[in-house]
Amino acid sequence: MGNKRRIRIDVPALTRVEGEGSLTLKIDQGRIEQLQLSIFEPPRYFEKFLEGRAWHEVPDIVARICGICPVAYQMSAVQALEMAFDITPSDWVQRIRRLFYCGEWIQSHALHIHLLALPDYLGFDSVIGMAAKHPEEARRGLALQALGNELIRLFGGRSVHPVGARVGGFHHAPDAGTMERLHEKLQQLKPEAQALTDWCSSLPMPEVIDNFISVAMTNATEYPFHTGRLASSEGLDISAQQWEHYFREEQAPHSTALWSFLHNSPYLVGPLARLNLNTEHLPASITSRLKNKGVNFPSQNMFHSMLARAIEIEIAIEEALAISGNYHLPDSPYIEVTPREGVGYGMTEAPRGLLWHRYETDAKGLIHSARIVPPTSQNQARIEQDLQHSLQAYGLDHSEEELRLHCEKVIRNYDPCISCATHFLQLKLERR
Amino acid sequence: MKPFGEKPRIAVHKFSSCDGCQLAFLNLGGDLITLSQRVQLTHFLEAGLDAPDTPVDIAFVEGSLSTPDEVERIRKVRDNSRYLVSIGACATAGGLQALRNLDNKHDEWRDAIYAQPEFISTLEHAHPIASEVRVDYELWGCPINSRQLLACINSLLFGVPPFDNSEKLCLECKRQQKVCVMVTEDKPCLGPVTRTGCGALCPSFGRDCYGCYGPSENTNTASLSRRFAGIGLLPDAIARRFLLINSASPAFNEAGLAVRAAGEEKDGQ
Repeated sequence: MGNKRRIRIDVPALTRVEGEGSLTLKIDQGRIEQLQLSIFEPPRYFEKFLEGRAWHEVPDIVARICGICPVAYQMSAVQALEMAFDITPSDWVQRIRRLFYCGEWIQSHALHIHLLALPDYLGFDSVIGMAAKHPEEARRGLALQALGNELIRLFGGRSVHPVGARVGGFHHAPDAGTMERLHEKLQQLKPEAQALTDWCSSLPMPEVIDNFISVAMTNATEYPFHTGRLASSEGLDISAQQWEHYFREEQAPHSTALWSFLHNSPYLVGPLARLNLNTEHLPASITSRLKNKGVNFPSQNMFHSMLARAIEIEIAIEEALAISGNYHLPDSPYIEVTPREGVGYGMTEAPRGLLWHRYETDAKGLIHSARIVPPTSQNQARIEQDLQHSLQAYGLDHSEEELRLHCEKVIRNYDPCISCATHFLQLKLERR
Repeated sequence: MKPFGEKPRIAVHKFSSCDGCQLAFLNLGGDLITLSQRVQLTHFLEAGLDAPDTPVDIAFVEGSLSTPDEVERIRKVRDNSRYLVSIGACATAGGLQALRNLDNKHDEWRDAIYAQPEFISTLEHAHPIASEVRVDYELWGCPINSRQLLACINSLLFGVPPFDNSEKLCLECKRQQKVCVMVTEDKPCLGPVTRTGCGALCPSFGRDCYGCYGPSENTNTASLSRRFAGIGLLPDAIARRFLLINSASPAFNEAGLAVRAAGEEKDGQ
């Protein structure tokens, strides 16, 4: 063995990620000669066919960018269009949006942990093999995933491409009895979520400390879902309107997704970045349990990402309990919208991180232009940077199989959603 | 139908799509484990199974064909599969991304989005799977749901062709005794021409169906277009109703383009 060998590892189709990507790694004389994460998910040109569509069609269209996080797309879009039309939805709508969003975090994080990430750490190819050896953990994960889906269905009718959200609010408000049943269910599953966090915090993880920049929304009063400002671990503090002045996207030959930089540096978005910038909103009960396990946030270890997702499931259940416990039926679940010519920006925290939208509308409310920046294209540069760093730390003299598995673990820390990442800004828009 | 072996093999393939129809599998919960005991899942990238070329009894295909590579790949899938089932609007009708077929805007769109369009290899048009290879059964919907999927798998396992319900959404809506949003609120509901399957979700939330399950049997789109005009929709807005998620399905495509052409003629007068 040793570092004299020449290795080429091709992972032509990454598994347990959403969408299509591949990885090329060339090692020569113990040095990484080439390392490329390629996204070959074909572009679908959403931002172009949004042009000319009516404002009320946008939530149904953008949901189809991603089957795993349609709620995030709908929430960023309605926020941007409400800004363009200068309307402010009621407090009821704002709380219920938060609740709706909790459903998506719970289902998406539970799906990621159990079906996509955990098999790596327990030595299985898929959840199917894992379920045979760890039936209780698999059952718990699928129950949490089902809880998230059920919450989305209450307001959306279905959990994939839900139909309940509209600009100005929701089409429909569930009755108090339905909400009580949800509340009970959340209470039943709260201990399961705690058990999941405790279990994840006890799994042995590589100790790789890396010096990355975290970017996430922050909020003075609560953990951020869909309201707040954008912050970074280096002191950034901006509104959604200012995003284009600080961030820049570019294209690489080996990828159909665009790469995003903050002041020319890669940065991290997603659960770990959110936790790092919002530790003051962590419930004390979670913090003390983590301390007992010897885990502290903020953390610069990317392998704490899975644990961060488990913690966010707990946070989302706490939030959902609080909101559903104070539920009342509104006079109307939405406010009427009068379209006008305008520009609006929206940003919310999708399960995988910041999701930023910008729309320009004409006087009739038809979309004149659209720009969407999904979390995975923001993480793309960071993933390559991380692979470089963590492969060196891991040691390049491991076997090809071990190197490949390690690369895949590193990539899955980001829960890349490649369907999301592959569509694209309109570069021309920036110069306006 | 010839019976399957003891443990039939199933593959799930993804083409250009949002991954949402694959969730009909991944959201099955405990049933996913039961399913994996009754059949052998061989290929399903998102679930961690990577064996695209293994011959299978049933291949489920999500997504539309939108690159030259995808056209090559679907031929291999067809060669390796006894039954091929397309799942969802993208695979059965081209999906939202087929909107680029309407005005032949592909090159213009690509060049507007990518600074270096030479790195991008996509086809002019996004096509349904059946445009390239034989498709044995279709599951419509954007997205399909787990109920549809399990009904299809169970039928095939029992050796009977899956029942393909193409009745109109209106019938389901009536059975649920929902109040009609078009009759009572003048909302431009596509229920009279849309295939059933979703459970009448939009009308039960008081909103008009937007046709995500595609065209039903015997669509009378011309009559529905006149009704939409009667409740005040301009031709452009009527065309947009038909030309959305299933814009490349023949019934909606023709209906949308007919209204568009009539509108343009009127403008020209």
